Amino acid sequence: MSLLELDDVKVHFPVKKGLVFDRTVGHVYAVDGVSLSVRAGQTYGLVGESGCGKTTLGRAILRLVDITEGAVVFDGTDLAKLPDEEMRRHRQRLQMVFQDPLGSLNPRQNIESILAEGMAAHGIGADAGERRARITQILARVGLPANALSRYPHEFSGGQRQRIGIARALVLEPDLVICDEPVSALDVSIQAQVLNLLEELQESMGLTYLVIAHDLAVVRHISDVIGVMYLGSLVEEAPSDLLYAEPRHPYTRALMSAVPVPDPAVEDARERILLTGDLPSPAAPPPGCRFHTRCPWKQETRCATERPALRELADGHRVACHWAEEIADGTITLTAREKAPAQLSG
Amino acid sequence: MPLLSVDELTITFAGRGQRDARAVDGVSFDVDQGQVVGLVGESGCGKSVTSLALMGLLPGRGVRLGGRAEFDGTDLLTLPAARMRDLRGTQLAMIFQDPLSSLNPVVPIGVQVTEILARHRGMRGEAARKEAAHLLDRVGIPDPTRRLKEYPHQLSGGMRQRALIAMAVACAPRLLIADEPTTALDVTIQAQILELLKELVDQEGTALLMITHDLGVVAGLCEQVNVLYAGKVVESAGRRALFDAPTHPYAHGLLGSIPRLDAPRGEALRPIRGSINDRIDWADGCAFAPRCDRYTMECLTGTPALTEPHTPGHQARCVNPVLPEGATSPQRTEATG
Repeated sequence: MSLLELDDVKVHFPVKKGLVFDRTVGHVYAVDGVSLSVRAGQTYGLVGESGCGKTTLGRAILRLVDITEGAVVFDGTDLAKLPDEEMRRHRQRLQMVFQDPLGSLNPRQNIESILAEGMAAHGIGADAGERRARITQILARVGLPANALSRYPHEFSGGQRQRIGIARALVLEPDLVICDEPVSALDVSIQAQVLNLLEELQESMGLTYLVIAHDLAVVRHISDVIGVMYLGSLVEEAPSDLLYAEPRHPYTRALMSAVPVPDPAVEDARERILLTGDLPSPAAPPPGCRFHTRCPWKQETRCATERPALRELADGHRVACHWAEEIADGTITLTAREKAPAQLSG
Repeated sequence: MPLLSVDELTITFAGRGQRDARAVDGVSFDVDQGQVVGLVGESGCGKSVTSLALMGLLPGRGVRLGGRAEFDGTDLLTLPAARMRDLRGTQLAMIFQDPLSSLNPVVPIGVQVTEILARHRGMRGEAARKEAAHLLDRVGIPDPTRRLKEYPHQLSGGMRQRALIAMAVACAPRLLIADEPTTALDVTIQAQILELLKELVDQEGTALLMITHDLGVVAGLCEQVNVLYAGKVVESAGRRALFDAPTHPYAHGLLGSIPRLDAPRGEALRPIRGSINDRIDWADGCAFAPRCDRYTMECLTGTPALTEPHTPGHQARCVNPVLPEGATSPQRTEATG
């Protein structure tokens, strides 16, 4: 059963100009028609490079930014249409873990006060004593010492701060936790600790995650289903293993071939698909397929004129490419630039 | 003779009324002509200050340098500032992590590139502009003549890093130091930049000292890898040897804690416990001991020496190293906490 359903969600930010009259001169199409569903108890991973709209989408689900169009159905309720006060009450069930643990914790509040604030706002726990008992329990679960209660965020290391961020989300007993780049600010050895913690908590508390990250390896490690975003829309979605084994969208293939693997044998043998150029501006997305300006498989017809819809290729494997089948069976070969094999020996 | 030979480099920060902080604690490594050498470690291991010391970019006050860093026979650490300025740019060049803050925001790219050509190669006017355009073209910036007139903010992140590389290679330096050159970039752009660096090394024979936290980048690029922990090299090996048989428990743990794109799903990560803050002074024993699973009492008897526990040329600083399968394994002792 799906806990969260997005239907054609769009978030457009107006670009304004003028001193007296705010004339809208254009829009930044940050999220431009995303439909996906997250099943209860699972982890949905959203990957993409900077500027692809993944963070905006995460914030839109919590209505931290306004949704321009579309529906966000959470457990039967369309959040996009809820009045603000009702949305506020719903947020108990949807919590967020942010990327920068120091920036998202108030430096003047101690840990107990940070964690109790949300509980008080949502009326969890009858009095301070009950709340403290609950907080102590959660702190132990995320692996923080009990004496953390009276300490302040700056007294903790990066990894511990991220644990505090996780505790703050979990203390409200949410159903869905949106993790926006939960480990990207951490050192590798600490990353692994936090990833393992997230998995453990999911198992023991039956949580559903939406993990937003740019690191494909991290997302693959933790997710059941992965959606790849490019310039505001999903270009491919598949179960984690399938996406790795058979990436079908040219962008996914390029992305996968670009991720460095800590193994010289793999690195030497791999064929890199190097993309030329940079991400186009989301304020003026290219017509047709958004990826056609950088796509090494670009065709003369359709690509530049017709925007491909996300279509189902196999069970659970959705791709937004006109030529996915032809590329897979080799009828269409690389056009833009030759494959560049890794050259280093030794 | 190696092009750069760093011998027992120490860097100590001393503030008034503060305890001295030793950021780098006796680091030695060599870089040969045309070789790519990696310095790998997590934040706080001393990798970036090492590069700054080599480039003579550390402030004179409050910093004490020890040891030697011989570049082609000259000790970089004791070189007078004026001589260092001549060397920097022509013989040594550096690429920084954040291209936006390394470029002057109010000066067009072209002026920043020609400045170097004027200072070191005596080129002026049209000739300098032509050479600058050629350099930008060389690093793969399309439409270079137009780009020369643009300001850093008008360029994308990948483009800025390319411009910075163009400036670094403007005088065909013999040693290029790259400090996390791709960390601020997206993976597809990172792949482009790494490819460019590889090309430069292959074609120009430039030696490259690559400073990074990303073992994936190291695996694809570096011939020799030095793993740093708390200011000391804890393992040094060729890249194949290092990844095949990580010998120091830290290097071993680091490789076990990286989620790999090609690993079967469901394989649990094996993180290193604790954080860099849980460490002891190298003088008292192994700085990694408090986080180590293979810790014994022997670890607390002074600095462990860099030895070759199983293969010649593969060095590790550990009294109880992780040996590859087939080698005789010493008695394993469980950690006590």
